[in-house]
Amino acid sequence: MQFRLERRAEPSRLMLYAAPVAAVLLTMVLGAVIFSLMGYNGVGAVIEIFTRPITNPLKWQDLGIKAAPLIIIGVGLAIAYRANVWNIGAEGQYVAGAMAGTAVALLTMGMEGPWILPAMIVAGVLGGMLWGAIPALLKTQLDVNEILTSLMLNYAIIQLLGYLLRGPWRDPMGFSFPQTPLFTASQSLPYLWRGTIMHWGVPIALVVALLAWFVMSRSVFGFQVKVVGSAPNAARYGGFSAKRTIWLALLVSGGLAGLAGILEAAGPFRQLVPGFNTGYGFTAIIVAFLGRLNPLGAIAAGLVLAITYVGGEIAQTTIGLPSAATGIFQALMLFLLLAGDIFVRYRLKAVAPRPAGEAA
Amino acid sequence: MSPDLAVAIVVAIVGVSTPILLAALGELVVEKAGVLNLGVEGMMLMGAVIGFAMAASTGNPWLGVLAAAVAAALGALIFGFLTLSLSANQVATGLALTIFGTGFSALAGKAFLGKTIPVFGAVFPPELAQHPFGRVFFGYSPIVYFSLFMVVAVWWFLTRTRAGLILRAVGENDASAHSIGYSVVGVRYGAVAFGGAMAGVAGAYFSMVGTPMWAENLTAGRGWIALALVVFAAWRPYRLLAGAYLFGAVMTLELHAKAAGGWFSVVPPEAWAALPYLATIFVLVAISMRRSGSTSAPACLGKPFLPTA
Repeated sequence: MQFRLERRAEPSRLMLYAAPVAAVLLTMVLGAVIFSLMGYNGVGAVIEIFTRPITNPLKWQDLGIKAAPLIIIGVGLAIAYRANVWNIGAEGQYVAGAMAGTAVALLTMGMEGPWILPAMIVAGVLGGMLWGAIPALLKTQLDVNEILTSLMLNYAIIQLLGYLLRGPWRDPMGFSFPQTPLFTASQSLPYLWRGTIMHWGVPIALVVALLAWFVMSRSVFGFQVKVVGSAPNAARYGGFSAKRTIWLALLVSGGLAGLAGILEAAGPFRQLVPGFNTGYGFTAIIVAFLGRLNPLGAIAAGLVLAITYVGGEIAQTTIGLPSAATGIFQALMLFLLLAGDIFVRYRLKAVAPRPAGEAA
Repeated sequence: MSPDLAVAIVVAIVGVSTPILLAALGELVVEKAGVLNLGVEGMMLMGAVIGFAMAASTGNPWLGVLAAAVAAALGALIFGFLTLSLSANQVATGLALTIFGTGFSALAGKAFLGKTIPVFGAVFPPELAQHPFGRVFFGYSPIVYFSLFMVVAVWWFLTRTRAGLILRAVGENDASAHSIGYSVVGVRYGAVAFGGAMAGVAGAYFSMVGTPMWAENLTAGRGWIALALVVFAAWRPYRLLAGAYLFGAVMTLELHAKAAGGWFSVVPPEAWAALPYLATIFVLVAISMRRSGSTSAPACLGKPFLPTA
């Protein structure tokens, strides 16, 4: 018996949703094998990483605060990728948002009032949009590839962050550590309930995803993004502007990355430090794909990636698995998802082997 | 400027340019075959760690470079399988390869953190490199001469051989190449594996010649600069050579500016560190402005090949 791939008449909806689930499950199996071969406790690693964060209620809050930035950035990237705009500068846009919001915080250091935090958040969104606007401008005006420009800007802004923290923004009372002063109560994201570490970024992430889902599935904007991304010629006939879509895709994904940045700065960090950028902007690329470029899917995918982060930390302390293992599991997941996608467009068909002697 | 300083600067430029040139040459061949592999940075890191590990454990740097090439080529074949056999999205798969390579190198390199190996240095007898001008020509690691040889070899292959012609045909018009009877997927597999091997050698240069001490992420985004360089060079090997050395000069300026003091020290060090990335953007902009209308990119670049028959 042999197998052959046969093109489906139309993409399989079942496979579209089954592929991410299968990718996660296969990641566990393959991950266990790989880490066993590398001399680690492979099965233990998978159990610690994928089940401990779920079975231990003490870790649920961690999952929420890790998932929130991933979901917010992932939703933005899902919209951009739908439009065929390859923004891989979310990491830099995240830092840009945090920096713009922090600038407001530093200007309002002696002040109090309920308007300060919203002002910081607005500045954060604008900062992310500004950093996303650079590749948009270069792409629409000069036809410069957005993949390379958005990526190079990541490295540039991280240097700018380092400069500000070592120079003008350094806390004078901070024992010469390169970090900003701690934000005041008016500048910090409040906790949802007293005695928890769950902050308002978590519900904001859910609202962002729901709003984005509504816009993408029910509005002309969403329709335009999808048409320009999947059928550029039809979009031209339909009168949709490709340039306008590129601008919107980069402003939305940049703005959301900026929002995630300032929520993270005003939430868990309450200041800016050199290690502020932890790679959420890159991991959110996996979130966008694992969530099928769908804002609601990004919620589930954000949670799965949050599990690998929290579980990776648990596995570090319990069985001494190196922190780099988390990245391997995340990359495996994306590899397997991309591989599984073939079953959306093709089906595996069993064919009888050709009788001997028949010409091919 | 004293001759010694001039020589030191030339040697430094060669050191910075060589890995970028190697990785970019590999990617050039991949893109000429119509495939866009954004995993260069990840493949470089895989090569860097495997090369270092092999050289550290066997004491033989040649084996290290070979192992680096093989390891990164295997990484490239994961990308090849997904994009060529399963026609997965090339952009997403390339990014996945970079994430994977980064994690892989951090994990495999954990045992070597902070360890050093002897520099895989000058291949010629030291007498030849004693005079400052002798050093400019004879003072380098074999990988440097290999990179220059490969510029000529890749140019010759692409423009003067039948196999090179087929590879370009596959990149320009995959449907026609397929209908004449060439294996589009087979040619692309070969190109992708070659690109991986070159990125692996580039990575080995970082860990075995540049800074022969293992550190995580020691390639610092140079793989992405190599990708930009292919665009800058308009997919031509000789322009790639010029471009890589131009970038090398800019980056060396950064190092010497920090040391030189004077008016240079007014500029914060972070600005110098950001310079290569900003320069890449400026260069991409300059090419786009110069180019009138048509681009010189291979026509099938980044598009999956789906044979209908």
